[in-house]
Amino acid sequence: MDVLVCIKRVPGASGKLTLTDDAMAVDARHVGYTLSPHEECAVEMAVRLVEAHGGAAGVLTVGTEESLEQVREALSVGLGSAVLVEADSAGWAPADVAAAIADVVRAHAAQGISHDLLLLGNEAADTADFQVGVRLAEALGLPCVTAVKTIEVADGVLTARRDGPDGTEVYEVPLPAVVTVREGSVIARYPSVPGRIRAKKAPVERVTPTVVPQGNGRTRLTLPPEAPSPVVLVGSGADAAPAVVDLLERLGLVQSGAQS
Amino acid sequence: MTSPVLVLVELDDAAGSAGSVVSALSLQALTFARGLGDEVHAAVVGELPDSAGAELASFGASVVHHAAGARLDGYAARAWATALVTVARSTGPVALVAASTARGNEVLAYAGAMLGEPMAANVVAVVPGAPWTATRQMWGGAALEELTLLGSVHLVTLAAHVVAAAPAPVPSTVVEVALELTDADLVSRVVRTETAASGGADLAAAKVVVGGGRGVGADGFDPLLELAALLGGTLGVSRVVTSQGWRPHHEQVGQTGTRIAPDLYIAAGISGAIQHMAGCQSAKTLLAINTDADAPMVAKADYAVIGDLHQVIPAITAEIRRRQP
Repeated sequence: MDVLVCIKRVPGASGKLTLTDDAMAVDARHVGYTLSPHEECAVEMAVRLVEAHGGAAGVLTVGTEESLEQVREALSVGLGSAVLVEADSAGWAPADVAAAIADVVRAHAAQGISHDLLLLGNEAADTADFQVGVRLAEALGLPCVTAVKTIEVADGVLTARRDGPDGTEVYEVPLPAVVTVREGSVIARYPSVPGRIRAKKAPVERVTPTVVPQGNGRTRLTLPPEAPSPVVLVGSGADAAPAVVDLLERLGLVQSGAQS
Repeated sequence: MTSPVLVLVELDDAAGSAGSVVSALSLQALTFARGLGDEVHAAVVGELPDSAGAELASFGASVVHHAAGARLDGYAARAWATALVTVARSTGPVALVAASTARGNEVLAYAGAMLGEPMAANVVAVVPGAPWTATRQMWGGAALEELTLLGSVHLVTLAAHVVAAAPAPVPSTVVEVALELTDADLVSRVVRTETAASGGADLAAAKVVVGGGRGVGADGFDPLLELAALLGGTLGVSRVVTSQGWRPHHEQVGQTGTRIAPDLYIAAGISGAIQHMAGCQSAKTLLAINTDADAPMVAKADYAVIGDLHQVIPAITAEIRRRQP
């Protein structure tokens, strides 16, 4: 089977965010870039599918030349081919990104490359738009399952499971299909040294998008006001235990019994 | 000619704990929608109990559009979107609103694609005008985006718990929606539900969560589980714990795990990355236990113990036991 994983380069921030001077982006100068966690998981799922069923798995991103850093991360853990849709897409709407990806999938189909499964993250770690996968599926007329935790493929049917309000929801859709992944069911592998070498040398198909972007309407980013946190130091080490339990009693979480 | 706001409503399958049939987040969406148009319409797909109709009226829905039929028995996002779009095409709403849930986000994404309109997820504020503007959460709430809502119908999902649900009763009518579904609407649908507890739901509803991070170590979780059990709570962990394979993913608290809202969150050996804080910012009281007094988690906590969790946690457990009658 043929799997194409769509990824996004996002700032690798984990501490306090800072914004660029024009307040239109998160400043990543000191934190570098990474893949969204959901997409790391999607990459791992793609590698496992091809290991189990044969075929090929590739990676696609919409972004600038710098995005190749994340593309090569995905190649280094086992994806075989790469597409860069070259665009400064920071101001693009999710619909613009979906349209650009759909164009690539159609162009591949015209060249005889048909992707059985398009995997995306459920939402990007930074913008969290929750819709590129659905819009891509609609553009291509394919079934879509979002927020998926596990996938299995047998006889051209994909079985996907996700958390629903009443338990684990099971979907069965024919391939080709679009699936957006939530992390959790598989742990992403680390790249091997040969994997890294292969990733460096792997050719990248470069595509110039023809999409006329509608734009995302962003006027600026802000950081939420920090709640003044007058943290109360309860104590140090094991000696703090009585004061902690006093606190638990005040919160009504421990019934005071025999006092000391 | 009025300009309604159309709200996609999710119902709880089992009657909610507070006797509510409409999901808590949908009640928030109905409350939020009142500020955006002349009147609020609700859209319900599937079974509509009388109690739900009454509850929707009491939360301000003057019209309840109800789509039902044999083909809508199981959940199918695209079929729900087709129902919503069918209602939108006949009523001309200024905005479509849903709660930012897995279903709310995907149904509105489909509706946006079908209508050729943008969709903004996780908004915290929307200001009608020329143009409409909004503020939405990014990075799990660690940053906010201010944006112009492009398009002619404004599709938004409301972030959880930014609006308190408040009743505003109105006279209400139920309108049955005549719906033509295609196979494409139903190809992706829930074919069955497996009810084996994932554990994630327990974590989301827990009153006490004892959280452990990298500082706990691979084999150090037993004392945390013991304390959690003693407090009638449950264990939560940070992402590094699950990515190391130390604990299962359904115990993960954070942007890509479960969002918790306990009365007390004890964060032990967790540094406090923004992705983790996105999952625990609704905790009423936060107690940090950390060897590093400068850890972000300590700065964000209400209370802190500076020390090694491997000594502090057993000491707390022992102290609780000692005081028990």
